[in-house]
Amino acid sequence: MIDRPGRWCYNLNSMHKPIAVSILFILLIVLAACRPAAGEAGEAGVAIQNVGSDTIVNLALAWAETYQTQNPDARIAVTGGGSGTGIAGLINGTVNIANASRQMKAEEMEAAEENGITPVEHVIARDAIAVIVHPSNPVDNLTLPQLSDIFSGRITNWSEIGGEDRPIVLLSRESNSGTHVYFLEQVVRLGDKHASILFSPDTLLMPSSEGISAEVRQNPNSIGYDGLGYVTPDQKTIAVAADAGGPFVPPSIETVNSGAYPIARDLYMYTNGEPQGAIAEYLNWIRSTEGQKIVGELGFVPLEVE
Amino acid sequence: MKNSFYETLIERLIRVTGVLVILFLALIFLFLLREGGATFFEASLRDLLRTRWYPNEEQFGLLPLVLGSLMVTLGAAVVSLPLGLLTAVFIAEVAPRWVREILKPFIEVLAGIPSVVLGFLGMLVISPLIREHLGAPTGLTALSGSVMLGYMALPTIISVAEDALDAVPKSYRDAALALGATRWQTIWRVTVPAARSGILTAMMLGIGRAIGETMAVMMVTGNAARMPLTLNSFLMPVRTMTATIAAEMGEVAQGSTHYHVLFAIGLVLFLVTFLINLIAAWTIFRQGKRYGRLLS
Repeated sequence: MIDRPGRWCYNLNSMHKPIAVSILFILLIVLAACRPAAGEAGEAGVAIQNVGSDTIVNLALAWAETYQTQNPDARIAVTGGGSGTGIAGLINGTVNIANASRQMKAEEMEAAEENGITPVEHVIARDAIAVIVHPSNPVDNLTLPQLSDIFSGRITNWSEIGGEDRPIVLLSRESNSGTHVYFLEQVVRLGDKHASILFSPDTLLMPSSEGISAEVRQNPNSIGYDGLGYVTPDQKTIAVAADAGGPFVPPSIETVNSGAYPIARDLYMYTNGEPQGAIAEYLNWIRSTEGQKIVGELGFVPLEVE
Repeated sequence: MKNSFYETLIERLIRVTGVLVILFLALIFLFLLREGGATFFEASLRDLLRTRWYPNEEQFGLLPLVLGSLMVTLGAAVVSLPLGLLTAVFIAEVAPRWVREILKPFIEVLAGIPSVVLGFLGMLVISPLIREHLGAPTGLTALSGSVMLGYMALPTIISVAEDALDAVPKSYRDAALALGATRWQTIWRVTVPAARSGILTAMMLGIGRAIGETMAVMMVTGNAARMPLTLNSFLMPVRTMTATIAAEMGEVAQGSTHYHVLFAIGLVLFLVTFLINLIAAWTIFRQGKRYGRLLS
């Protein structure tokens, strides 16, 4: 008679353990089976440790999977944990490639030099966030300060920013998504590290990109944001200017790559020194047309391949 | 000899399963307490009673979540309890045999529809209706959640309540009719009160389903952790406790305050359902004594 929540937590506790244990067993068996093959392949068979940013982790996994099916000798182990985790691993020498959604900080550079590590930065993809509204919405352009006012709840009606007299419905990803954090820091707080402005409590937190696009497609009151790669033609993207004087730039692969679109960032991989051997091959493949195709499929902005 | 051996064996087995239920319940409670209890050392009660939920910035106000859950569940109860009871009465007492034989299995099939599917239905059908016809700024509202949950609780309520009504001895109805009561009076004054304990169980199971449901709620209520204080809050988004746990548990760092607070939310949910069941049991017990005197 009692208790769904209880049962749910019971699941979490006891049911997942056997699953985790069996996955561990399978992994062990697979690893054991791989051992001799890795030995024969020599140096190239040692797994490349690829650790870092949770924003990039899915992309890194997709790259690793495709690359390993094409090069059966290559072994790449991808782990998330955050940009800081990856960089710390690189500094300690336990990580071959650190994924980061930000540049290394000065103190991290110093720590690396003390350990005899010379981090080399590689831009491997770009991440741009498009602000999207219903196709019937007459508003075309917004500045970053206006977006900050909208998402923090200071502007609540479309008429205040040149639209129809309608309430604004705010849509956001869940607070644990990297996109959410980036949008908060870069747009809501306008890049000010010490600001404490938050999203308005009325913001609808959607569990998926699809949740946001479904609501934007249906609801003329709504405004949302998402990775540029996830935007479909039936949503309208807003051209954004950094401030009231600046030009309004629509988001596209070209404007992101030229640096004109303001809500975009580079995504990085760091290696110790110029990459050699298998790591160099892998990074080159990532920046090839084939590697960058996967970037687009996962909602990021591909680099322009020369 | 052999017979009595099996007899004792089976009797023991049944007793063990019975005790196990209580044991599991106690273990679940202890587990929740162990994982969630740390909350009260890491965050003060005042922090937990604040009105802002934003775990990224260490703001752990649980009030909007608790009120959100209660509101959606209350709405679901208003939708499903009368409808469920009346449908059960119709099937058990009014409908001709062949209608009943069609309706009952169909309603039980309804209970098997996965909640994600119902969530899609709510997102794409109910929420546009609410936005366009009730003037809400968005269709992802507490009301959409209540309607969805009410709908999901219905099969449970109808099925269990109908069984309870069905179990009322025919002699009760015959006696009532023989005393000159109309059919309506028989149903309302005799059959339904006689089945009250089963009907109450049905309602509790239904409400239990509603308060614990996660997926459909996460898809249709909009998940905005705002305080639902005004009456028009039914037409505004809410964030429930279950949706919060489901949305945030996957990414939370183990052992962090946020992790402990999520378990504390689980604890609150557990206590709320436990309380509902306790009240139900107590009501049945009390009424049982009263009606027991009347009927015997």
